[in-house]
Amino acid sequence: MPVIDLAEVSRRDLNSQLHALVPSTNETHWRVENPNGQHALAAGVDAPITIEIAGHVGYYCAGMNKQATILIEGNAGVGVAENMISGMVHVKGDASQAAGATAHGGLLIIDGDASARCGISMKGVKIIVKGSIGPMSAFMAQSGMLVVLGDAGDALGDSIYEANLFVRGNVKSLGTDCVEKTMRDEHKAELRKLLDTAGLNGEVSVDEFKRYGSARTLYNFHVDNASAY
Amino acid sequence: MCGIVGLFLKDRKLEPKLGSLLAGMLEVMTDRGPDSAGFAVYGSGDADHVKVTLRGRELEGIAETLGHGVKGTLRDNHLVLSFPKDREDQIRTWLAAERSEIKVIGVGQRIELYKEVGLPAEVSKRFGLPDMSGTHGIGHTRMATESAVTTAGAHPFSTGADQCLVHNGSLSNYRSLRRMLEPKGISFETDNDTEVAAGYLSWKLRDGATLAEALQSSLVDLDGFFTFVVGTESGFAVVRDPIACKPAVMAETDQYVAFGTEYRALVGLPGIGSARVFEPEPARVYAWERH
Repeated sequence: MPVIDLAEVSRRDLNSQLHALVPSTNETHWRVENPNGQHALAAGVDAPITIEIAGHVGYYCAGMNKQATILIEGNAGVGVAENMISGMVHVKGDASQAAGATAHGGLLIIDGDASARCGISMKGVKIIVKGSIGPMSAFMAQSGMLVVLGDAGDALGDSIYEANLFVRGNVKSLGTDCVEKTMRDEHKAELRKLLDTAGLNGEVSVDEFKRYGSARTLYNFHVDNASAY
Repeated sequence: MCGIVGLFLKDRKLEPKLGSLLAGMLEVMTDRGPDSAGFAVYGSGDADHVKVTLRGRELEGIAETLGHGVKGTLRDNHLVLSFPKDREDQIRTWLAAERSEIKVIGVGQRIELYKEVGLPAEVSKRFGLPDMSGTHGIGHTRMATESAVTTAGAHPFSTGADQCLVHNGSLSNYRSLRRMLEPKGISFETDNDTEVAAGYLSWKLRDGATLAEALQSSLVDLDGFFTFVVGTESGFAVVRDPIACKPAVMAETDQYVAFGTEYRALVGLPGIGSARVFEPEPARVYAWERH
């Protein structure tokens, strides 16, 4: 198992080594020590490998991830798993702002809280936050699922398109065009599947969640609004 | 951009190391603010004496000229004068009359304040930050936006006794706030937006608000982007604007409370591996008092 100590090796060297991996690589389990809040760690990985990062990381960790499973054993700075395409990113601590922003796919699990703008402009990613999320989360969310076991801050889902938001705790306020929606069986099944994937089977009941999504009133130009432009 | 660091000690055993810890934190924030750097340290002092930080040229001999009971510590182009409280008016009058080109940048019981253009490591070395001791300190690395790269525009800003403020962000209503504050007796040395925020807090504190109350009302009255870290003789506080435009991270242990614009700045602190590391929430005032 390659062990990279960032006290000895530069972040660029680490990322270059990860970028050079081919899909058939046998080096499938990496460990990164002494991250010390450095930025862009394990960003742009495109290989079916597991990377454990032993501590707190800075901005854009695991950004653009494809295929890899990336475990962060601490807190993550701004933009963790930003624009992820596939794979899995698991933050054992808290995540700062814009976690999972613009991500197209994959799974982002945050054991602690995520601050403002979690899942902003998400495009298909599945995000589970075991704690609470900050204000303006899922702003302009386009597709995917955001599941929050705790509370959500102000203006959840402002200008949302078609993402599904599930919140177990309180929502401080909903953003423009975001409304509470009925939890149908298909949503419960989908939520159950995701909770189980995140290892929450037996712990959390889907009946405790409320579902939020788009009222779809901002989709098309409305002539009554002409004077606003 | 800009970088902020702050360290508030709970454990007195760390006091001799305050300067070296703060210097380490400040240097890490160089790439967020290479234009200028500054710091305030709350060091020794007592209720019977006043400490004044002066910035200028030809500062040698001022303490001797002022004579009786006046001690001077010269650090590059800054001079910290310490003298009995009852001489304050006389000394200030002398400075205004004889050496009006010298800037008074900090006044209080314990505050010392240093700032200069240049890279943070150079500024820290010039003033000997690593050797300073104290109970708490605040530092700033500046990437200028609202006003010029000058020493006067460097942070921290101090507009009241033992008060200082550093700022990451930019304010948009500072001209109108300044017009409101000036008739109330709050004066300003520069055209800087941050100095107005400092003056605003001084005004609130003067009128009896606690540090936490003053910051709470700043959330209503200030318009713009800000993360503030504020020091007083016995207090240390942090607040971020309601949309948390600028980054911030904090760490707390039994020994200290630390603030950094990025976690990287906190990495060198003792016991950071087991510290409670958290992001201060938007529009929430965090304040600590020394007892």
